[in-house]
Amino acid sequence: MNGNPQLDERGELIHLLSLEGLSREMLHNILDRAEPFTAVAEREVKKVPLLRGKSVFNLFFENSTRTRTTFEIAAKRLSADVINLNINTSSAAKGESLLDTVDNLAAMQADMFVVRHASSGAPYLIAQHLAASGRRHIHVVNAGDGRHAHPTQGLLDMYTIRHYKKDFTRLTVAVVGDILHSRVARSQLHALATLGVPDIRLIGPKTLLPAEAARMIPAAPLAVCHDLAEGVRGADVVMTLRLQNERMQGALLPSPQEYFKSYGLTPERLALAKPDAIVLHPGPMNRGVEIDSTVADGRQAVILPQVTFGIAVRMAVMSMLAGTSGGAQ
Amino acid sequence: MQSLPPVPELIDRLVAQLRPAVTPATLLVGIHTGGVWVAQALHAGLGIAAPLASIDTSFHRDDHHLGGGLKAAGRVSRPPEDVDGAHLILVDDVLYTGRTIRAAMNELFDYGRPARVDLAVLVDRGGRELPIAATWCAYTLSRPLPASQSFNLQRAADGRLSFSLGEK
Repeated sequence: MNGNPQLDERGELIHLLSLEGLSREMLHNILDRAEPFTAVAEREVKKVPLLRGKSVFNLFFENSTRTRTTFEIAAKRLSADVINLNINTSSAAKGESLLDTVDNLAAMQADMFVVRHASSGAPYLIAQHLAASGRRHIHVVNAGDGRHAHPTQGLLDMYTIRHYKKDFTRLTVAVVGDILHSRVARSQLHALATLGVPDIRLIGPKTLLPAEAARMIPAAPLAVCHDLAEGVRGADVVMTLRLQNERMQGALLPSPQEYFKSYGLTPERLALAKPDAIVLHPGPMNRGVEIDSTVADGRQAVILPQVTFGIAVRMAVMSMLAGTSGGAQ
Repeated sequence: MQSLPPVPELIDRLVAQLRPAVTPATLLVGIHTGGVWVAQALHAGLGIAAPLASIDTSFHRDDHHLGGGLKAAGRVSRPPEDVDGAHLILVDDVLYTGRTIRAAMNELFDYGRPARVDLAVLVDRGGRELPIAATWCAYTLSRPLPASQSFNLQRAADGRLSFSLGEK
């Protein structure tokens, strides 16, 4: 064991739990493999048989229609059988423990778990439990855990940036919003740093983004900025984040309108970025809160391509995992 | 190694074999990677007007779960414009187990229903594991190569093609 539970003895990916600790080579490898999958959607038969006969269980302990749907589409285009479980409304509500649920589904011959959980580390716990009980052939994909990570979102953002900007090593990237509490941002920042982006700016109000945030990823070239106009100036990529409604309740922010006034991405502010800058958003968008409708629908927005690329990236991840034996044999 | 003629000579032989079968409706489809190089040479030699197509078999390999799939990144199928009703000639460098050809046919049928599919290869090394045969073959090795040996077409920086034999 090399300390990273995502990799087998030969360094191949057996689970995708976090982008932290994956090498630049591995990230590019995943993005490279995603490329041919973008063409699958344009075929007469939108399916390839790489996961034929495999059972993929979507374990969503937290609601997310969009993420669950894109994983479902990706698995179905790989010819897998997909079983969706909304645990909110099932056994967990009756008091069954996480690992009991996993054991039961494993006994139903699951080949892969796609896990969304409100607690950070839940997918790790599942992967460890499977390894400890000799079921390393079952793969785990983290579809978002607590405030920790959302690796496929981070990967699809990297795919989108690479698609439009080619070379990461000369980019200025601005990330705007509630970065400290965002699993999406955390995965993005790990990937951006690993891929060699030299200038990463974290932008948000002081209440959400204290100066220490610059050290949230060790050795990453992060700079904290509390002024959006200053932060996006000269940027090649502007990554907006969804403002979680619950942030409003904790007195960290006055109101959505106030937030928009200072941190909403408007055409005027975007005009300070490079003329060919692209705008990303992980969805679902709050128009008029973190992003102005004109920007969201404008020529610089690549928000819908992100969704399309997201399916290809998830197909690549799932087929890579299924292509390894998990080191069990 | 059995005395194998140089690759340009093998390509000339294959061009001569194919010529009577080529009609205006014929489309060449090279199988990544070596088959594409051969198909390019045939395409030029036969003077076919329709653009050359290519097929990548990664999505249909039968050894994916054994770690054999998706090895080469960034290869994308460029299938013919219209597969339905077309006469397709699949082109590969080496015919061995037949599994690549099966995968290529599966991939082709994801795009439509061709009227006829033929197979042209430079060298048949023996060792078939499926009931697949080439329609045209420039050279058949008199003794099948053992499974422990790899036999691949290579392209040098100047574009020159040659076969290399090695231990796996």
